[in-house]
Amino acid sequence: MTAADRPASFVYRRRHLLGIEGLTEGEIVGLLDLAESYVEQNRQTDKKRSLLRGRTLINLFFENSTRTRTSFELAGKRLGGDVINMSVAASSIKKGETLIDTAMTLNAMHPDVLVVRHPDSGAVNLLAQKVDCAVINGGDGSHEHPTQALLDALTIRRRRGRLEGLLVAVCGDILHSRVARSNIHLLGIMGARVRAIAPPTLLPAALDRLGVEVFTDMRRGLEGCDIVMMLRLQTERMQGSFVPSIREYFHFYGLDYDKLQVAKPDALIMHPGPMNRGIEIDSEVADDIDRSLIREQVEMGVAVRMACLDVLTRTLPPNLPVNGS
Amino acid sequence: MAAERRGKGPAARPLALTGARLLDPASGRDAPGGLLVVDGRIADLGPGLYGDGLAPELERIDCAGLCLAPGLVDIRTQLREPGEEHKETIATGSEAAAAGGITTMVCLPNTDPVIDSVAGVEFIARRARDARRAKVYCYGALTKGVEGKALVGIGLLAESGALALTDGLQAVANARTMLRALSYATAFDLLLIQHPEEPSLAASGAMIGGELATRLGLPGIPAAAEVILIERDLHLVAMTGARYHVAHVSTAAAIAAIARAKARGLHVTCDTAPPYFALNENEVGDYRTFAKLSPPLRSEADRRAVAAAVADGTIDCVASDHAPHDQESKRVPFIQAAPGVIRLETLLALVLELHHKGEGSLLALLRRVTAAPADLLRLPQGRLARGAPADLVLFDLDRPNRIAVERFRSKSKNSPFDGRPVQGRVLRTIVDGRTVFAADAPAR
Repeated sequence: MTAADRPASFVYRRRHLLGIEGLTEGEIVGLLDLAESYVEQNRQTDKKRSLLRGRTLINLFFENSTRTRTSFELAGKRLGGDVINMSVAASSIKKGETLIDTAMTLNAMHPDVLVVRHPDSGAVNLLAQKVDCAVINGGDGSHEHPTQALLDALTIRRRRGRLEGLLVAVCGDILHSRVARSNIHLLGIMGARVRAIAPPTLLPAALDRLGVEVFTDMRRGLEGCDIVMMLRLQTERMQGSFVPSIREYFHFYGLDYDKLQVAKPDALIMHPGPMNRGIEIDSEVADDIDRSLIREQVEMGVAVRMACLDVLTRTLPPNLPVNGS
Repeated sequence: MAAERRGKGPAARPLALTGARLLDPASGRDAPGGLLVVDGRIADLGPGLYGDGLAPELERIDCAGLCLAPGLVDIRTQLREPGEEHKETIATGSEAAAAGGITTMVCLPNTDPVIDSVAGVEFIARRARDARRAKVYCYGALTKGVEGKALVGIGLLAESGALALTDGLQAVANARTMLRALSYATAFDLLLIQHPEEPSLAASGAMIGGELATRLGLPGIPAAAEVILIERDLHLVAMTGARYHVAHVSTAAAIAAIARAKARGLHVTCDTAPPYFALNENEVGDYRTFAKLSPPLRSEADRRAVAAAVADGTIDCVASDHAPHDQESKRVPFIQAAPGVIRLETLLALVLELHHKGEGSLLALLRRVTAAPADLLRLPQGRLARGAPADLVLFDLDRPNRIAVERFRSKSKNSPFDGRPVQGRVLRTIVDGRTVFAADAPAR
């Protein structure tokens, strides 16, 4: 595919991709349609294209990541760009001063796209204000992880043909989860019904104001669901005791076949990874090839990130709105 | 500057202020008149004062019908000295205060080192004398190093000039420590000031809990953290009969609890700061660190309750709660940002804003920043009365202007009010009869 082959109808008019909140349905559909074309490309023997030739992508990760970083790296390389990975160990960040300094330093090297992951909510927005290139949020604190929500949406859409009208349960550590927030925003914009299922201590305040139905009883929450999205219990973000014990958590909120019975018979299971087997999800359920979409999610991740890199590097007229969220 | 220097000496000429609108909340006076300053004190005032013409030896300031009120008494500021002089010093803070019409301010002990000893109090007094703009007093810490454990030498600190004791930015978490402090302080009739936030609920929180915090993925502090600590303390106050003051009250529930305690006859007072009646949580918007405060900005309902309580006097005083920070403390991810904003130069304008919005009478609102805080700390200033220190502010009540941070004298620039249109401008500030600020003088 060359630049001329791209779907002509869709123009992403923002400088950055910082979050799902605030995106329009048209923008999401446009990104998903474009990503769809890359799914096929990625299954060919020759996966390489030259859309990003001469462009530089920097993966700037202030937090550990395997799949997101690898996924962006592959996406950049398959589009023909030069990809640099920078991991800044959390221990070496004294204060955000370093964040701004790092941003300014990288900015001086004229990258075209920065993919940034940071443990603090809002850090990527802050950084985006300080650089001249496009910024993709690779996950910031408990705020947003937009490419994860897009790849989840693409996975669902390919299996179910649509998002609108589906009943999706998002289960587990919603309080700390950026994946949950991005998915809640995206599914809401696309007309899906979203249920949030978690123990009360892992539900953020006023969650219903985001347009979701809130359940603390997993069996009731899963009733009639088309999709079950499990979240990782983020022990590293927990200060103090949110759940009494792992054993108790799995008993009431871990996904196993028993609880899954109340969902639709063909309900599909998703997890953004990495999984805590035996904590939020039973191993057998996770590996169920008929129901688990977990491996497919990883595949869609590369395609979605290619689409994001594609739209953000297109030459657009100047004076675009700076706001990317 | 020359005029000010002349004013310092003992041989200063008497000063006549003529043609003013005299505003004195302590006596309820709001009338045209003049005021005479002799030897740094108010010698006389009233409508007919200069009826027979001015004596030639008088230095004269024509007030041209503008408002002349007692200089503001600001009972809560952080001046960062000693320890963080790159953010503010007593000298720059005192200059900023003068530009804001503040003639007296009291600084918190949360410095480095903490002001928890007689030497610390004396250091502030010495530096304040050198600053020679607004008068500067200080509070002493209530516990050593503001660690909430061992009590300081309460009586010695009071004797050395600390106006009250407080751990400033931190609440005294331990109920038994607080009980003992309140109990012991009664022997010296000393005021204790509490930062009202249950620490275990506020820990690691970055803003008020609720929809916006959920959307931003920021850890929230439940609003009830405030009233929980206040209710605990009120029981301790009832047990001891101590004088207790709650700093920067910001929720309706806390205001109600304090109102109930006052009705029961407890020696309880409180203050708030302008952000809590001028802004709400939405100011945080897209992770604006200038809107990160402690306690955090509240809901719109709480903001209204604070404004109403300032107007009706349930909240006794309004303090600036000045908290200067440099860029490195604010240009960071929201969670890491230091809480607090600068406010010395916006205090009067934001209090007057309530008047202009019709939410309170002019004298009642001025009382919250003059007579009420002075009475609380038993200071003679804060009133237009014969014999009182000639600490005055001359301001134009109606003149519209925009808050412009670049014109501030404060060393730090962290204000969420930059660009806000306000009415009311300080034209001249006088301390002990000396002009320490005049609007037309070039900045420093």
